[in-house]
Amino acid sequence: MKVAVLKGGRSLERAVSLRSAAQVEDGLQRLGHEVLPIDVGASFASDLLETRADVAFVALHGRDGEDGTVQEVLEALGMPYTGSPPAACVRCTDKALAKHLMLEAGIPTPAFRSLRETAVKDLGAGAALPAIETEIEFPMVIKPARGGSALGVKFASDSAGLPGAMVGAFSYDGAVLLERHVKGKDLAVSILDGEALPIVEAVPREEGFYDYESRYKIGMTTFVCPADLPEETTARAQELALRVYEVLGCHGFARVDLMLDEDSGELWVLEVNVVPGLTETSLLPQAADAARIGFDDLVARILHSAFTR
Amino acid sequence: MREMMALTERSDVISLAGGLPDTTTFAPELYAKLMAQVAAESTARALQYGPTEGMTATIDCIVEVMAAEGTEIEADEVIVTTGGQQVIDLVCKTLIDPGDVIVAEAPTYPGAVPTFSAYEAEVVQIEMDSDGMPIDELESTLDRLQSEGRRPKFIYTIPNFQNPGGVTMSLPRRKRLVEVARERELLVLEDNPYGLLRYEGDPLPTLYSLDAGHSQGGSSDLVIYLGTFSKILSPGLRLGWAVAPRPVLEKLNLGKQGADLCSSPMTQLFVAAYFAERDAAGRPAWIDYVERLKNLYRARRDAMFEALEANFGDGASWTRPQGGLFIWATLDERIDTTDLLALATSERVAFVPGRAAYVDGRRGSSSMRLNFAGIPEHNIHEGIRRIGKAIREQLGLLGSLTGIPGPVTPPAEPRPHSGSPLADVVELPRRDETDAARRHGDQ
Repeated sequence: MKVAVLKGGRSLERAVSLRSAAQVEDGLQRLGHEVLPIDVGASFASDLLETRADVAFVALHGRDGEDGTVQEVLEALGMPYTGSPPAACVRCTDKALAKHLMLEAGIPTPAFRSLRETAVKDLGAGAALPAIETEIEFPMVIKPARGGSALGVKFASDSAGLPGAMVGAFSYDGAVLLERHVKGKDLAVSILDGEALPIVEAVPREEGFYDYESRYKIGMTTFVCPADLPEETTARAQELALRVYEVLGCHGFARVDLMLDEDSGELWVLEVNVVPGLTETSLLPQAADAARIGFDDLVARILHSAFTR
Repeated sequence: MREMMALTERSDVISLAGGLPDTTTFAPELYAKLMAQVAAESTARALQYGPTEGMTATIDCIVEVMAAEGTEIEADEVIVTTGGQQVIDLVCKTLIDPGDVIVAEAPTYPGAVPTFSAYEAEVVQIEMDSDGMPIDELESTLDRLQSEGRRPKFIYTIPNFQNPGGVTMSLPRRKRLVEVARERELLVLEDNPYGLLRYEGDPLPTLYSLDAGHSQGGSSDLVIYLGTFSKILSPGLRLGWAVAPRPVLEKLNLGKQGADLCSSPMTQLFVAAYFAERDAAGRPAWIDYVERLKNLYRARRDAMFEALEANFGDGASWTRPQGGLFIWATLDERIDTTDLLALATSERVAFVPGRAAYVDGRRGSSSMRLNFAGIPEHNIHEGIRRIGKAIREQLGLLGSLTGIPGPVTPPAEPRPHSGSPLADVVELPRRDETDAARRHGDQ
């Protein structure tokens, strides 16, 4: 098949996307496909038409790749593509929307509020901060409502740190999420073809060193897969992840991030990534490997899902 | 941060982030002529391996450059390297075992940070002021380390127009640093890529020459000097050098054999041909070229001062380098420049966030490094205007969130630059202790 690999783009996750795509391209070639790489930019749609590809493999993270933008274009062009449809992309990319939908479906997600920049700038929403602090309680995690990796994710332990953290997060998106911080294990459940793969646990190297950035730095975090968890916890996390995947309307593959609360033993769903990383060190390939699905096989299955919508 | 730096390479972004000199100033005709000359005279040598320590003709050029900075050296004290960066790498490779201590300035060269980390050195950074590294602070740090039974493997400093701080180490401090190094028998790595790019004020002696003056043989036995052709000629040549005490030099040579056997003879011969060029008056052409670069960069630096005055607002301060390529600007402490960069890249402008200059990756979070040398003046104005807009946006939001209105007024018309031209820097703010404690407390 002629496979267009969509990659790069202008998001902050450009570099990760290029690494993911490099792996995917190698895999596709080993599988005997013709690879047509496209760095998504100003002439994306015409580039895509020119390739006369049979299918598009979306290896584009962040803005444009995960928020439904390229998916809408692919739908318009009638070209089959990997991963979730536009509506699911929109739901998952907007973390506030995703969490509202989770709550409606009875899926546990940490207490939160989301504030738009316009509300702060034009509606004086800063005055609501004390109420939010009382409701959610510190420590809080402040995140850009949209955006992947750990960019702009902040930790606020008191009122004094909140405005700076919010302004930081607003640098990445017009809306931010203020979320109660759950202390415990950081888990990722990858879903492939509607099946949950073994769980990956991210373990920070330095005890008590709480930093989202470290999660993405080589050497700062070790990943354990399958995560060392009681059987029933594993089963429940996988079941929760699958439910979220279905509730949000995902397709093909996705990665669901959860926290296992060390105080209550409860599981909380944080977010869903519709185009999770596919680099050699990314979590989905690790999870697939633990399920004895080799990288090429993983690529083949993701590609196949483009035709099973 | 790496993710964001990838974006800055896009052609529609005004990048104040690079460490770039302006290579468009080098005449293509001269380049063609020199390459043709190398081809005509030395094709076989250019295409062959060369000696690990470098080719004699190139080392002669290095001796000439060093002399232009008032530093006399012998040809057999030099090793030619693949860029100045390789000197940092080789020195670490030679001297550092995991856990060893390096003392460096704060902020320090962002490009050295990953190298120090790769060799698992523990880097102790000493906050600079307007005269560079305070030597009394250095001494108390050395005392503290000694009381812990530890001895730094070397002190890393960029005395001229420091990258990224833009400050220059004063003469008394240079003298005292050399004394301290002698008293305590410590090696100093003097990184001096920009020394010849001085736009105002009198040149100061290198640490190497100060130490050499004290020793018997006329060469320093404590200072490892790092030089490069990158800023006075071209970084694309990938040619730098080290001048080092003989035992160190031997080890650097061994390390280089393992790393790349030799630096490219092709570019070494290019340099040799270039240094033989004379202008109509019989002056070396390379000196003319450095003069031209200085005039160009001086004007660009002044353009950036002007743009900063007009766009960065009252809460910001910045260094006033007398040379080099960089200005270090510090904003309202609540602004994190790593986040600001995200906003700035959407405005299609980029800089290096201050945290990159600290080994802990945390301090320096309200500062940024700005390169003024690599891009034309109109882009400097536009780039700084865009960053200023992003800053005002963030301050405005902070004001709305805290109820304390920030300075959200639009920028004033550019004011003529009023600072004393001889002032080395306006101010390099030193954080008070409570602030430092709070930052460390976050960890």
